Amino acid sequence: MAPLPIPDILFVIASVALITSAVLVVTIRNPVRSVLSLVLCFLFTTILWLLLQAEFLSLVLIFVYIGAVMTLFMFVVMMMHVDKRMLSEKFVSYLPLGVGLLVVFVGLIVYALHHHNFTKAAYVMPHFPANYHNTESLGAVLYTHYVLAFEMASVILLVALLAAISLVFQGRQSGKSQCVDKQIQAKKKDRLVVIDMKSEAP
Amino acid sequence: MITLPHYLILSAIIFGISLFGIVLNRKNVIVLLMCVELMLLAVNINFVAFAQFLGHQSGEIFVFFILAVAAAESAIGLAILVLFYRQKGSINVDDMSSLKG
Repeated sequence: MAPLPIPDILFVIASVALITSAVLVVTIRNPVRSVLSLVLCFLFTTILWLLLQAEFLSLVLIFVYIGAVMTLFMFVVMMMHVDKRMLSEKFVSYLPLGVGLLVVFVGLIVYALHHHNFTKAAYVMPHFPANYHNTESLGAVLYTHYVLAFEMASVILLVALLAAISLVFQGRQSGKSQCVDKQIQAKKKDRLVVIDMKSEAP
Repeated sequence: MITLPHYLILSAIIFGISLFGIVLNRKNVIVLLMCVELMLLAVNINFVAFAQFLGHQSGEIFVFFILAVAAAESAIGLAILVLFYRQKGSINVDDMSSLKG
């Protein structure tokens, strides 16, 4: 029996780790650990996408998702003081429904994929030549055919930015900011007091 | 030999796990948001696998937009969650019924 090729071994390892960390995300009670296992999920997905030769998207997943969105989640989790005892109640009562949904859904997909609904092209992974640039070819499509959608995505991100700030912003807090007119109107007699006392030897 | 159905079954399993998590977690809204992220990840795996196996770049472009919209969605969702936490002092899903107005 010939040994498995290395990409297949990598696929098996990454997918098993991905499924394990996905299960951890939904079952761990501690929200901080749950966020960390979601980060692990994204990391293993990155490996899968690298195996699929989608280099640009896997790097975007690391930079944008792990670097920004997961950090945001982590901040919010740490800001909130979540009572762990309260979180653990009513956990079991929905378990049969959840497992049933999982089994039905995955079974349906596996059944649909089992019969040969795919052409031969689906079974041969196309390998790009060595001088193929994933980023370059993505950009060539993105800035020509999809330029309107690209601009709309930027507008969506701007709206999200403004919405998040305007929702959470509470007005100006009375902090340690400088008050210029009070500074100008300050007189010497307000600040300086000369005390009459005798000099002493140290 | 890893083929397209392997990737599709993997993404279906991930999607099913996140569905399971949404059904299971009735107490913690943050975990619900994370389950939604996981669902989007499963869909993205599907898109990338189809794009590479069928040799069509549109799938990857779509993943790009899904990532942008998911980032926006989680930012607004977390902002609403912070507001809700300030108001109620908890992130219980059952307390959310007071948002009906």
